[in-house]
Amino acid sequence: MDATAGAGPRLRARRRRYGEDVVKGVLAVCALISVATTVGIVIALFVPAYEFFQDISIVDFLTGTDWSPLFEPAHFGVLQLVAGTLLVTAVAALVALPLGLGSAIFLSEYASDRVRGFLKPALEILAGIPTIVFGYFALTFVTPLLRDIGIQVDIFNTLSAGLVMGVYLIPTVASLSEDAMGAVPRDLRDGAYALGSTKVQVATRIVVPAAVSGIVASFVLGISRAIGETMIVLIAMGQQPNLTVDPREAAEAMTAFIAATGAGDVPTGSLEYKTIFAVGATLFLMTFVMNIVAIRLVRKYREVYE
Amino acid sequence: MAGTRRKTHGMRQIAKKSILLALLLVLTAALSGCGGDGRGDDEAGDTTTTETSAGGEGLSGRIQADGSSTVGPFTTAAAERFREVEPDVQVTVGVSGTGGGFERFCRGETDLSNASRPIKDEEAAICKDAGIEYVEFQVANDALTVVVNKDNDWVDCLTVEQLKMIWEPASKVKSWQDVDPKFPDEKLALFGAGTDSGTFDYFTDEINGEEGASRSDYSASEDDNNTVTGVSGEKGGLGYFGFSYFEENQDTLKALEIDGGDGCVAPSVENAQNGTYTPLSRPLFIYAKKKSFSRPEVAAFVEYALNNETEIAEAAQYVPLTDEQLEKATTDFEAAVEEAG
Repeated sequence: MDATAGAGPRLRARRRRYGEDVVKGVLAVCALISVATTVGIVIALFVPAYEFFQDISIVDFLTGTDWSPLFEPAHFGVLQLVAGTLLVTAVAALVALPLGLGSAIFLSEYASDRVRGFLKPALEILAGIPTIVFGYFALTFVTPLLRDIGIQVDIFNTLSAGLVMGVYLIPTVASLSEDAMGAVPRDLRDGAYALGSTKVQVATRIVVPAAVSGIVASFVLGISRAIGETMIVLIAMGQQPNLTVDPREAAEAMTAFIAATGAGDVPTGSLEYKTIFAVGATLFLMTFVMNIVAIRLVRKYREVYE
Repeated sequence: MAGTRRKTHGMRQIAKKSILLALLLVLTAALSGCGGDGRGDDEAGDTTTTETSAGGEGLSGRIQADGSSTVGPFTTAAAERFREVEPDVQVTVGVSGTGGGFERFCRGETDLSNASRPIKDEEAAICKDAGIEYVEFQVANDALTVVVNKDNDWVDCLTVEQLKMIWEPASKVKSWQDVDPKFPDEKLALFGAGTDSGTFDYFTDEINGEEGASRSDYSASEDDNNTVTGVSGEKGGLGYFGFSYFEENQDTLKALEIDGGDGCVAPSVENAQNGTYTPLSRPLFIYAKKKSFSRPEVAAFVEYALNNETEIAEAAQYVPLTDEQLEKATTDFEAAVEEAG
């Protein structure tokens, strides 16, 4: 800093640095594109959704328990789809959160550099598998496996979709949690060891609490991705709206409805077409609320070191 | 100290990764930008048959077809064969459902519209308003087939009344026992056509007495393979689709005989042709825009499809037309070509 300041006056170019301006402009456009896209999505999503609610009462939409918008007579109770999404997300969370956190603790506190050097890339490969592959894995491998071990599941069912989605989310949770734990200062650990703590005590009572804001963030991101995941639920969970808490049954998630109906050919501008956007807007609001909750939690529990 | 070291190392890695990611994004954006310009008018799911070498009568051009997913394989099979005669004619076959096909057809976007049911009055009115005149050709017969799991050993035949009991709106039938007390208490898992398909319209019309009237708590999909997977994976499964899908999946599914009032009749080529498989045998159509017949490649393609109807229908696993049906189609075609001049 000092050196630059001293040399500054002499080195400063007399002419304008156009290259610098171009770089600055390009980077600003990059940043603006994502903002503009978000705004565009919100508009594209909420305008048809608003038109939808001109025809269908929002109360019926949110409290109705029969979702059959494409049938005669049509019903627009989104709860069946919301229930499907929440159930599969719950199953996925039950798998991904404990396993993800466990892997993170192992990687951060127990694994030697050599083991970590092998495990982390392996986890990242898991994250790189396309979800359509996970979908067929659930349908053609996990579902028959569940039946073989005596769990009576439907051919399309929430359980196998949720389990596989949970595995798919492990890397997300593990990787972010591990980063958070890695950021906990060494001094804290050393202090605990000096007081006679065991390794388990250090991991569970010092590192995890200290990294809790990052861990919570990883959980919320994992759950958000579960809510928005489409391919696995479309292939393995079924396309049959079902208000149930039994994960062995077939059900339909919100994303699966959107994908299946969008790929079909409901006439543009029709009420059926607008249902896609109404469901999409509901989905958007759900993940939006999740993210706000996450930001609040992170702020509340954040421990600042250094 | 170790902690700090790891952290800075981590940071550097993150920085490196972000740069890579940014580059990747720019590259993707650039590539997808190029892709978009090329053939933006093509829809996903289209089967395009293209070839560039010369031959035949040297016709060229592009024929647009869209519509029923049940009739789609017929048109595609016809296009594949036609390509060997007229390699420069490109036939694009979309499958957006009978209703979706007519929508595009009446907007003048397509030359041919595949349909698994006759055009509806309101669709015909839209076409008329848009000034689209058309000719209807029956190109094949289909036997809508009700299938159950291969391991289902308690049922071989259902009456139309039983089917109605299962499929009518707000039906409470949950188990096979609800259909007939003699059947076991096996859960009835239902799979069927999505609401956009002509198959759905036809089935609900014939079985439930009103087009579109159906229970909705079943697994509904435009993709008939979904029904194949579902019924073959569920002991108490039941589903329905066009005969061709059953023929392709005979080893995993069992077709039921249907009793329309005169005893049980199995879905088969003979029974569909001689009209005994009622009420679920149906005609399949291609609608052609009259104006398109002034283009020689369109006339040549339809003529080819009619002249080779039996062969194409059999290859695509439909029930071919009877001689009388084929004669009518050929006469209609000749009249339409003459009119177009």
